Amino acid sequence: MDNLSLLFQAPPLALQLVIEGILLGGIFALAAYGMALVWGVMNIINIVQGEWVVLGGFVALVTHNALGTPVMLGIPVAAVALFAIGWACYHTIIFRIVDRDLFTSILATFGLSILFQQLMNTVFGSDVRTLDSGLGTWHWMNNMVTVSQTKVVGFVLAGIIAVVLTLFMRNSRMGQAIRATAQNARAARILGIDTDKVYAFTYGLNAAVCGAAGAIVVMAFTIHPYQGLIYTVRSFTIVVVAGLGNLPGVIASAFGLGVAEQYAGFTLGAEYQNAFVFLLLVVILIARNLKLQRERKVLR
Amino acid sequence: MTDASISTAGGAGKAKIAGGYSTLLVLSIAAPLLFPAYVTQFTFLWILVVIALCWNIMGGEMGYNSFGNIVFFGVGMYTASVVQVGMFADVAQYTAAKGGVSLDLTVTQYLVGMGLGILAGAVLSVIVAGVLGLGMLGLRGHYFAIGTLGLGIAAGELAAGWEYIGAGSGMVPPQFPASLDRGNILYFMSFVLAIATFFALRRLYRGRFGLALNAIRDDEDKAEAMGLHTTLYKTVAWCVSAFFTAMAGAITGYVVGFIDPIYVAFAGITYGVWMVLMTVLGGKGTIWGPVIGAAVFHITQELFWTYLLGWQRVALGLLIVLIVVFFPKGIVGYVRDKFPERFGYKVDAATADAATDPALGQTAGKSGGSQ
Repeated sequence: MDNLSLLFQAPPLALQLVIEGILLGGIFALAAYGMALVWGVMNIINIVQGEWVVLGGFVALVTHNALGTPVMLGIPVAAVALFAIGWACYHTIIFRIVDRDLFTSILATFGLSILFQQLMNTVFGSDVRTLDSGLGTWHWMNNMVTVSQTKVVGFVLAGIIAVVLTLFMRNSRMGQAIRATAQNARAARILGIDTDKVYAFTYGLNAAVCGAAGAIVVMAFTIHPYQGLIYTVRSFTIVVVAGLGNLPGVIASAFGLGVAEQYAGFTLGAEYQNAFVFLLLVVILIARNLKLQRERKVLR
Repeated sequence: MTDASISTAGGAGKAKIAGGYSTLLVLSIAAPLLFPAYVTQFTFLWILVVIALCWNIMGGEMGYNSFGNIVFFGVGMYTASVVQVGMFADVAQYTAAKGGVSLDLTVTQYLVGMGLGILAGAVLSVIVAGVLGLGMLGLRGHYFAIGTLGLGIAAGELAAGWEYIGAGSGMVPPQFPASLDRGNILYFMSFVLAIATFFALRRLYRGRFGLALNAIRDDEDKAEAMGLHTTLYKTVAWCVSAFFTAMAGAITGYVVGFIDPIYVAFAGITYGVWMVLMTVLGGKGTIWGPVIGAAVFHITQELFWTYLLGWQRVALGLLIVLIVVFFPKGIVGYVRDKFPERFGYKVDAATADAATDPALGQTAGKSGGSQ
């Protein structure tokens, strides 16, 4: 709490936190958008979301280290690799739980999340890893505000991915099919849409988006195998606040969460930053439930 | 409940059941004496039985899939040790020494401290459950599941930041006095706890309480419309769950001998998942399901440790996926489907195909539907 007064003495610090928060929020927005996609289309809450962010990071890292390719190439490579993994996951496991109740899908994806987390731990080791992008840092206001160029590049790339995704969902045949399936799977099936294919693609697309986000994370921040669940919880929080199928809402609440997390980490101490994220989720769920109760609706 | 229908089967059945219980009793008492090398494993078996039974109150009988029961496990564990240490020394100094300070307690002091500590842990957990329940139990379905998941991890993170109880480096429960037989005492504590939990829950399920929980699982809105005070029942169920889970947690603290905030106390990735997995494996919504599930799981887990060392956690994740996807009814549910008469269900051949399992009847909220 001592740091709180510091913020008032040095306003640029507050600016620094906001900038960091928004740059962080860009990545949360990508993962959350993927989660909302799967939730909306398949009615599955994908707990393995965060593991795919981390796995995307590892793919980018390993590609760069093993082949010496440019760092930025890691993003498309991670996206393609994760699409394949997501697609394979759908065809082995997820298609069996699409029509089952939510407990089954939560527990099954939770099991997948443990599986991937432990696989990454075994294969890549449990160290905290990062990838040096070779970019520098901007300093402003007497070094009071420093912004890493990598984070800015990552943020811009996240924005580009979001735009491409939106255009894809709006204009392509597959995007239309996904939206139709989300609205009414049965009607879509009657009209000749192969919903199984749509589900597989949606699930793979979500993994690809997460993988791309992870490739950005490994450059701009750090990754380690046990970090996945917090990305899942962040995505879930964002989607709960924004609602399904609401991209501007997802982006706004992702920025909000990023900034709130930065402030919490700064004022409460970094060791409580994760606790803050998880408690924030609980508080948001309860607050939302109370609000709905007052309107005599039940949160389902 | 299925269990109630067995016991009404008549005199011969009753004698059989009594025989079965006494065989189990004799086996359980003989086990640590015959195989002293495995006493810790046997202790863990009973602890797992308790936490699975407790999870089943929420997830199986009431349909509230809590991933946050681990909170009570950890609260019980920490409270027991803190109270026991606090009776004879300054807790902050004790934890700051990171196990460097050893308390020289007499046998009476130690046992009284431990007993009071475990009791305090249970009471505190009930209070925590009551307070958390005010907010959490209003949530439904997956919001409850993920909300409690967040709660469990948040508790671990908070404990890892709190200096008084040793923060990230954890704390060590006081050493057992050398004159006591540590293994056997802990074994019989966990054994008695498991028996108490089992019979207390069986008693509860047989009455109005069990019916109310099942009504909430099947359709909460209707149950409420029928005049059930659902909030009260839900809160009481969570408190009962918390009470026994906390005692199991407290005993686990002594068995492990070291309380780590994230990997032992609020261990969402081990005990927190296991309690769900064991119940699903054994059969949700049955009293014997969690017991059988815990036994089978414990053996599987030991085999993983022996033969798949290094990959045992990976195997655990795979096991969860396989069980949930391919074997959701669990062992008891499967047997009940195969031999319904043995469970006291009258089967009409004409309608047998349409019969559904009550524990799995809750296919909530899937829009669109299949075919």
